[in-house]
Amino acid sequence: MRSITYRDALKEALIEEMERDEAVFLMGEDIAEYGGAYKVTDGLFKQFGKDRIRNTPISEAAIIGTALGAAVTGMRPVAELMYIDFTAVGMDQIVNQVAKIRYMVGGQLDVPLVIRTQGGAGRSSAAQHAQSLEAWFVHIPGLLVVMPSTPYDAKGLLKTAIRSDNPIMFIEHKLLYTEEGEIPDDEYTIPLGEAEVKREGEDITILATSRMVLKALAAADELADEGISAEIVDPRTLMPLDKDTIYNSVKKTNRLLIAHEAVGRAGFGAEIAALVVREAFDYLDAPIERVAAAPVPVPFAPVMENFVIPDTPQIVEAARKLVRYEI
Amino acid sequence: MSKPSKEQMLFMYRKMVEIRQFEEAAGTLYQSGQLPGFLHLYIGEEATAVGVCAHLKDDDYITSTHRGHGHLIAKGGKRDRMMAELFARTTGYCKGKGGSMHIADKETGILGANGVVGAGIPLAAGAALSAKIRGTNQIAVSFFGDGATNQGVFHETLNLAAVWELPVVFVCENNRFGMGTPQHEHQRVEDISVRAPAYDIPGVTVDGNDVLKVYAEAHEAVVRAREGGGPTLLNCDTYRFRGHHIGDPGTSYRDREEVQEQERQRDPIRRLAQVLTEDEGVTQEDLETLEAELANELEEALEFAKNSPEPLPEDALEDVYADEIQP
Repeated sequence: MRSITYRDALKEALIEEMERDEAVFLMGEDIAEYGGAYKVTDGLFKQFGKDRIRNTPISEAAIIGTALGAAVTGMRPVAELMYIDFTAVGMDQIVNQVAKIRYMVGGQLDVPLVIRTQGGAGRSSAAQHAQSLEAWFVHIPGLLVVMPSTPYDAKGLLKTAIRSDNPIMFIEHKLLYTEEGEIPDDEYTIPLGEAEVKREGEDITILATSRMVLKALAAADELADEGISAEIVDPRTLMPLDKDTIYNSVKKTNRLLIAHEAVGRAGFGAEIAALVVREAFDYLDAPIERVAAAPVPVPFAPVMENFVIPDTPQIVEAARKLVRYEI
Repeated sequence: MSKPSKEQMLFMYRKMVEIRQFEEAAGTLYQSGQLPGFLHLYIGEEATAVGVCAHLKDDDYITSTHRGHGHLIAKGGKRDRMMAELFARTTGYCKGKGGSMHIADKETGILGANGVVGAGIPLAAGAALSAKIRGTNQIAVSFFGDGATNQGVFHETLNLAAVWELPVVFVCENNRFGMGTPQHEHQRVEDISVRAPAYDIPGVTVDGNDVLKVYAEAHEAVVRAREGGGPTLLNCDTYRFRGHHIGDPGTSYRDREEVQEQERQRDPIRRLAQVLTEDEGVTQEDLETLEAELANELEEALEFAKNSPEPLPEDALEDVYADEIQP
């Protein structure tokens, strides 16, 4: 094992898969000499050349549409959209073309396409560079959605995503790039649809995604000091979703708190809550609670941004309430 | 100017008749309530698809539009499987999942008709990119209408394809109406090829109802693409003899006399028949024999479609994802 950043884990996955398969290539805005807005592809053009590390115009719809055309004709593109907020610019291509083409043509075409993008708040990036929009894509049949929270998951899941014949929204978090974590020296992959219990516990399940996993783990430390044992479940892939791991955890702890950085209203947590109510209703000893962003655009001022985006104390407080809840 | 041989002319005559017969039959079936969904007929525009596709090889790619039957037949799509798709049967190209607007055939490089105006344009560029990276000498052709040239993705893709010198031909079918809006109301330019210099690519306009002229100009564009000369914008001035779709009589936004005049003067099939009989020693009887033969073939296609099984309701749940991922 060795320690590596989330950024370098992603980069290693890209390098290994490009070395392994000539059909893999990258395209996106400023991914070559500039190295990508968050430097994930830094230096790759020197190793692979600019035919395989392709700078594009700032044309999100054309980036996705062109990547799709390449994907259905024998290539395995990894297209980068610099910010998840910009998916809105290319949304027809993602929703009406990428997600639909296999089905519309009766399964004739595989779509081995990864759309790498990143979201999340915490850098005063304001309303157009800090959203968490994963629920949009989970809602669209035909897409898969991956949201890694650790370097280990980032590398293993990106390698799997590149090898998949399905179109995948691979959503990173801008504040995770410098986070470090252990990964094996040998090659590994992580299957899609396998959640991971990041910390075992007995009293409450906290289901968290992306950077909220880190905040949930910090909350679990604080809760432990109070004698509350929290289990942290990270679905890692929102579609396909490992429902069994979630149900089993709730059946053990009898309480569920969902923490994500997206706005709560019609967010991914609402889907989880509905599933758990149906599958584990008799096991619940308290209502399901959600910790999520306030339903406002992400503000610029750090003091306001911190107020809007959920943090560790909010998770601790919500967990406490659920554990103390009496029927 | 590239002039086709007599055999090539007869082949193009055959293809145009195949399209005309298919469209007339489909229109009748639709009006008698036998076909579900939408139906957009290509009648009057046959010369564009046929004159361009006459230069394409089986493994070249095309992307098409909501008015796509003509492109598909011209590229090698089989009328029996197309008709079966219109009847929503399992033997249709898309197994009944796509319908008229989404027919595709991987075997003949047809990457799909498309229900979103302009959306197929970047797909063609992507297929061209794939061919270029793989070094296969294939090219891609995208068909779209005058209305599509006001979509952002048209401009994005022409720019990107020009920068990357992709082997792609952009074929605009200016049939003078974006649905029911006359061209002068939706764009200031009349000759759409003037948009090509904005991307520093060749642009040319041709009478899209003269298959020999389309053939000649398409030859230049196809050779340029295949020899590494990059994209061309080929604008074909044509006319939609029918309404936007079956159900639109096509007379509220244009004069009936104008349509009749176009039909009298610019019918692409009649124009080629004239050349064949006057200059190429083909008799009217020869042409009638050919048309009768193709009419019989269409009858067989209709029988095939009508006698094919309907899908099971639960077939709707298949073909969403590869790798046995459940929707």
